[in-house]
Formats: sequence, structure tokens, C-alpha cells
Amino acid sequence: MRFAFKTSYDHDLGLFRDPVQRRWYAGLLAAVLLLPLALPDYLSDVSMVFIYGLCGLSLMVLAGYTGLVSLGHAAFLGIGAYAHVYFVQDLGLPWVVAVALAATLSAASGVLVGLPALRMTGVYLTIATLAFALIIQEAFSRWEHVTHGLKGRPVDKPVIFGVSFASDAAFYFLCLAFLIAGLWLTANILRAPTGRAWVAIRDSEIAAQSMGVHLARYKTTAFAYSAALMGAAGALFAHKIGFLAPDIFSVLLSIQFLLMVVVGGLGSLHGALYGAVFVAMLPVLISEVRDHAPQWAGHLSGLLGKDAGAAIYLTVERFVKQPGLEPGIFGLILVLFILFEPLGIYGRWRKIQLLFSTFPLYKRATFRRQKTYMRSERLR
Amino acid sequence: MTFFAVEDLGVSFGGIRAVDGVSFEVEAGEVFTIIGPNGAGKTTIFNLISRIYDPTDGRLVFRDEDITRVPPHEIARRGIARTFQNIELFEHASVLQNLLLGRHAHARPRLLEEILFLPAVRARERAHREAAEKVIDFLELQAYRDNLVVNLPYGVRKVVEMGRALCTEPALLLLDEPSSGLSVEETEDMAFWIQDIRSLLGISVLMVEHDMSLVGAVSDRVLALNYGRVLACGTSREVQEHPDVVKAYLGG
Amino acid sequence: MEPGGGSALDTILQLALNGLAVGCIYGLVALGFVLIYKATELVNFAQGDLLMLGAFVCYMFVVWYGIGYWTAFALAIGIVGGFGAVLDATVLRRVIGQPQFAVVMLTIGLGAMFRSFASLTWGSEIYTLPTPFSARTTRLGGVTVSHEYVAIIVGTVVLCALLYAFFTYSRVGVAMQAASQNQLAAYYMGIPVKRMFSLIWAISAGVAAIAGVLLAPVSLIDINLGFIGLKAFAAAVLGGFGSIPGALVGGVTIGLIELFSGAYLPLGVKDVAAYIVLLLVLAIRPQGMFGTVGRKKV
Repeated sequence: MRFAFKTSYDHDLGLFRDPVQRRWYAGLLAAVLLLPLALPDYLSDVSMVFIYGLCGLSLMVLAGYTGLVSLGHAAFLGIGAYAHVYFVQDLGLPWVVAVALAATLSAASGVLVGLPALRMTGVYLTIATLAFALIIQEAFSRWEHVTHGLKGRPVDKPVIFGVSFASDAAFYFLCLAFLIAGLWLTANILRAPTGRAWVAIRDSEIAAQSMGVHLARYKTTAFAYSAALMGAAGALFAHKIGFLAPDIFSVLLSIQFLLMVVVGGLGSLHGALYGAVFVAMLPVLISEVRDHAPQWAGHLSGLLGKDAGAAIYLTVERFVKQPGLEPGIFGLILVLFILFEPLGIYGRWRKIQLLFSTFPLYKRATFRRQKTYMRSERLR
Repeated sequence: MTFFAVEDLGVSFGGIRAVDGVSFEVEAGEVFTIIGPNGAGKTTIFNLISRIYDPTDGRLVFRDEDITRVPPHEIARRGIARTFQNIELFEHASVLQNLLLGRHAHARPRLLEEILFLPAVRARERAHREAAEKVIDFLELQAYRDNLVVNLPYGVRKVVEMGRALCTEPALLLLDEPSSGLSVEETEDMAFWIQDIRSLLGISVLMVEHDMSLVGAVSDRVLALNYGRVLACGTSREVQEHPDVVKAYLGG
Repeated sequence: MEPGGGSALDTILQLALNGLAVGCIYGLVALGFVLIYKATELVNFAQGDLLMLGAFVCYMFVVWYGIGYWTAFALAIGIVGGFGAVLDATVLRRVIGQPQFAVVMLTIGLGAMFRSFASLTWGSEIYTLPTPFSARTTRLGGVTVSHEYVAIIVGTVVLCALLYAFFTYSRVGVAMQAASQNQLAAYYMGIPVKRMFSLIWAISAGVAAIAGVLLAPVSLIDINLGFIGLKAFAAAVLGGFGSIPGALVGGVTIGLIELFSGAYLPLGVKDVAAYIVLLLVLAIRPQGMFGTVGRKKV
């Protein structure tokens, strides 16, 4: 068990718990910086993980820390993406200015959604964000001048201050820089009064009001900040996928983002990143399984006899080649996590840490709450 | 100067007149208790003062200012803090975070400064932490500083809630049934704390209470309420011997 | 459906009829939402996918096994209703007590699983369900009355009357309210809460199946049939999320608004009309037409 010996209040204000943790993160940073040398083929995938990480961060701030669950965040991603591409390619603005403007525009639409949201609670807010996202998606299809409608529009590689970031490695570092900046800014807010106010709003609005928290202002700020992060991620997302079309920013993408924060672990920045890794890597994993599962199944059941092996091989192959499998697997994983590990990957990691630090005194019942009964949340 | 006055306060919920023509005044530096049977409207009065409900008639005056229509988040900034009958703490935050949130009334949140965590923000955070630590010392919560509220026993939670209200540095503290759910020793501690709050910290206390021994021990003046109306107002002994109050509590 | 030729009145009547029929479907799905919400305070994002399953099961019995339409209809209701009860008993019972949004995510995940299952079992193409009223129409004056639409309206009315009678004249309605407000107290009062929740889920899934079978001839069956559930949200919210008659009124209103905005407003508005209405209702009057607003007592 490690006990932190604190000698000043600054210790608690800092980003890291103790020097050991700081060294671990420095090591992680070094590993991430050296990745282009070690695994040059995977840079593109890892860049996507970074972009998803930024998206997860955005939704974590809103849903995990402020308690406002949004099923429409793909709309903000789309607004950021289309705005950025329009500013760079149609208006010819410098790249940095375009990203800043895209993030600002996204933040403004976040405020627009946030204002009516002040009057809604719980699941009504979720439904409202869903409706908003569907309206925005339709708007993307109709506003041909900016978005080129259903034809879609191709996106050029980023050129910043005249330097081309087209190569995988350059784009990788660009995404990494954005992610680290996003993490640092968000961590700063969360240890300041604004972050505390957000957590207060999540846990008890009435008590927060009694302590002087102006609900409207902080909820709107949460929406704006979250949308701004999403808008910046949208700019990178546009460059990454190279081609924008309205049906990319669908409800399914929003659900993927929500899956990210739930699976990662609500209420922590680590959760956003674990979730991003999970959601970005899952399709890769699924396609690997798709390619190899029929063989494994065939080999295993070949032990029962050649005919059985062939039959099983064909059945499994027919099963995994189905096009509709991927959303089903996402759904299954989501359901399993909510049933069995509601604290997400980060929660499980903390439990494992506790196991190792208190071994052999660890008790599984530490985390088992007594049986809960439902109380009406309508009167919350 | 009127420190705190309630003038002819009334509120109706549908057809029910929960509070009807209630008037009283709290002087600076006194402990004023409201007693009454359950359903008398005591917590409703607190909710009216913290502006969770809007009164249908009457006025609230605090330090010579009319606060009847002030938005709820303004109340803490003006110097009134409260605790809740069924504890309303922030469950998934630590005790320290809860107390620091009490400092929010004095925080000057500037988003741009906080995003970059400028030295000014850091200095303000240090100051808030020192103020919260003073409250922790006062209420002897050192052992629970980093515990999540959801893991704490009921008695400690009540103390944390009072601490959170104290962190607001109020001039008037509203305590809603501070001793409910507490054991005899804890209630005695509560009595000492309320007296210290009045004499050492100079905070006036307006409280709702059922435990008559606590009422007798700490109160300067008592108001008895029933069915939303005032029955009697005076010292603890006067009110307890008032015939209307006796009838309300004992019937007959 | 295009507005029929003829006078403006005929057009309006045609739009009204079509809107009414579409609205009835929305109302049925919204009814399913509201039933579950009233009983368990969960919002079932998989309601649309249960509708899709009902349509597919009926299709399977009629087209694959050659069973008659009405028998297949009854079988579909029974199977999907039973599935709803099983779903409650196995999966949803475990998440009681968790924050509401966790359950929302759970139902979203379940919905995705249902879609995958449908794709695996029945295929991912578009299918048609032959019914006794397919492609038959009657002309009343200048208005083309499609028998399918009439079936939808009649079916909805009958179903709602049955449900209304069930909830008014049986003790289940009151028991349902009690269990939703304070489960522990309901247990203490002897209400078999678990059985009741399973019953409500069965009824709600059955209603979804009925809506699916009624909708199938009009909009063709495919795995994305369930997205109609999103518009039904608008209907449920408009009617007031806790109100059973409200769900139906809301659904019909949304249906009418959609049809009329499709005819008279610019292109594209029809598709999002339901969502615009939803946002307006939530912004202006969150409790909808018949709902009530609650407030926590501190």
C-alpha cells in the first residue's frame, strides 16, 4: 500500500498524485512518442484512437462529470468537420484559424442545445439531444452549398503554416498534440471551481443551487466546452477519413461515443481513453475473428469427426460473414458491461489495483452494494 | 438594521395553505428555533427562504434588502446557507470536495483562467483550501477528509453537511433538524457546535428542531408553528408553557 | 402517399386519413414506451426493434410456414410478448436501482442485438408481408381509402379500448403506480412487483408486435423498421410521458403534422418535423399535453 506524504496544499492541486505516478505517465509519453519508430504500420489506426479519445473526453465532460447524457454528440463532430473543411477549402483560411473557428461554431451550437436543455432533466435531455442530432443530420444533407449534400465532399490533407501534414507520422503527432492539449485543458477545469460545480450539478442540483452555483450558466458552459472539444476533434476527423458525407454523423456514431464513455468508465478521464482504445480497436478485432473463427471452429470440432468439422466450419462461416453482425456485437458488449461491470474498464482497473495493494486482505464484497430498490427519479 | 425578517409570509400548493401569515424576526448573533408538529410548514419556510419555492404572499428581508424574488443561487452569495432535512450531499465526491464546493459562493469562476490554470487560479484554490481546512478543524473531520461521502455513516454526513454550509461563510445559517438521526453523544456535540458557531464564529442560526432538550440548551428564542400559522414566539420556557402550544402537541 | 387529385378538401381529407393511420402506428409504439415508463420509469429504446421483431415473426409464419394471416398475427403477439417478459426477468431486473441512463444504454444495446439477430435469422433485405387488406382500396368521394390504413386505425382503436378497460377495471393499474414510485414499499404492501413488471413488459412488447404487423404492409419489413421508434418518442413526449391516452393523441398529432408538412412545407421538413415538434415541446412545456410535473421534496 502506498501512502502519500503530503507537505503542502499544492500537492492536492497538482495533476499527479505522487512522483511515482508522474514517472509512469512520463514513460507512457515516451512510448507514445517513439511509436512511429516501432510500429509504423499502425500509426493510422492509433491516430484514430487519439481522435476518438478527444471525442470521448468531450462526452465524458458532459455525461460523466456534469451528468447531462447526450445521444447527439455526432452532430457536433459533424458541425466541426464540415465547418473546418468549408473554412479551409472554400474560404481559404489558414488551418489553425479554421480549426479555432470550427470549434467556436461547434461551441455556439452547444450553447444552442444547452439553453432549452436547462428545462429538461434526465432522459428527456437525452431524447432532446437525439432529436437535435437527427435534425442536424438532415440539415447536412440539405445544405448543399457548404456540405455538398449527399454527394459528399473529399477532404485534402492538412497543411499548417505551409507545412504539409499528409504523412502518417506527421498526422499522428498532430492528433497526439491535440489529445494532450485537450487532456491538459480538461484536467485544469476539473480541478478548478467550474469542474466542482459540474460535479455538484450531477449529484444534486438543489444543493448546488444552495451553494451558489448558477445552474443555467454552468450547464451551458458544460455544453459549450464539450461541443468545442468535439468540434476540434471533428476537424481532425475530417482529415483522417478523407471524405465527408452526412450519413457518417448518424445516431449510431453517437451511440458509439456513449458506448465509449460507459465501457471506459464514467466519471474519469482515464475512462474516456480506455473507451476510445476499446471502440477504435473493436472493429479491427471483429474482422480478425471474422477471418479466423471458421478455421478455429472447424479445427476444434474436427476432433469429433471430419463431417462434423466441415459442417461446423460452414455454419460458423455463414454466421460471421453476415453484414449485420458488428452492431450486434457492440450491443452485446454494452449490455454485458452494464450488467456486470457498471464502473467500466477504469473501474475494473481500480479494483485490480486495490486487489494487488491490499493482498491478501482483499474482499470482493468491498464493491458489492446491498440490494437496491428503485425509487422514483421523476422527483429528482 | 433589520438582520433577517419574515413578514406575513404565505404559500399555497394547489388548495393547501402550507404557510399562512408567518412573521418573525431574527436578530444578529442569536439562535432562533422553529418548532412544531410534523407537517406544520417548518421546512417549507426554509425552502421559501432559500428560494426553492416562490411565496404567494409576504416578504423576506435580509440585512435591509428584500430577497423575496432573488434567484436561488444568489442566496448563498448574500450570506445565507442551509442544511437539508434529508441530506443533500454530493455523493460521489470526497468530503473535501463537498466543503470546497461550499466555497463556491466566494469563488470567482473565470473559465479562461481556469482552463490554463493560471497562478491566480492556483492562489485562489489555496485560499479556498485553507478556509475549508479551518472548517474541518472546527468540526473535527480530519479523518474523513478524502473519503467519498457515499461511504460515510449518517452521523458523519450530517456534520459534513453543516461543514459545507459553514464554508460559505454565512451571516445566517439555516439548520434543518440538525439532531435527527443522531445519538445522544452526537446531539451533545451538535449543541456545543451550535453554541460555538454563535459565539466564536459570530454566525446567527435559524434552526428547525424536534429535540426539546437541544432546543432548550441552545436557543435564544423559539417560534412555535402549527398548520402553517404562528402559535407563539418567545423564550424557550415561555413557548413551551404557552397553552396553544401545549394543545397542539398534546391535544385536548 | 401523394395527396390525391381533385379539390383542396379532398387533398386535405386524404392527408388527414393518411396522417391518422401513420399517427396510429406512432401512437402504438409510444403507448409501449409509456406503459413501461409508468411502471418502471425506464425508457425502452428497444421498443422500435421489438416492433421490427413482431413484423418479422409474422412474416416468417405467413411466408415461410404458410400459416394464415390471423393465426400468424396471434402467434407474433404471443411470441414477442413472451419474449418481452423473459427479457424483463433475465436482463432488466438486474439493473433496477442503477441510474436511469445506464438502463437507457442497456436498452440501446439490446436494440442493436435484436437488429443483428433479425439480420442473421431472416436476412438483411426488404420483405413484403401479404395480408387480407393488401393493395385494396375504396374510393369515397375524391378520397382514396386504403384498406391497410383502415386496418391500422381500427386495430389501434380496438387495442386501446381493451387496454383502457384492463387498466381501469383491474387492480393492476394501481399496483403499477405504487411499484413505480416506491418499490420497497410496494413489496411490503404485498404487490408481486417482479411479476407485475414482467406483465407490463409482456403487454408493451405485445403492443409493439401489433404495431409491427399493422405497419408491415404499409412500409415493408426490413431490419431498420425499428427507427420509427425515434419518431414515436416525439409522440410520447408530446402526449406527456406518463399518460396512456396522451401517447395516442400525441402519435396522431405527429402523424398529421408530418403528412401536412410533407405536402405544404419545403422538401426535407417532413422527415424532421417530428423531431422539431419534440424539441419545441421539451423546450416550452416539458410535461406534454397530459403529463404532470413532479418535484423533489427536500
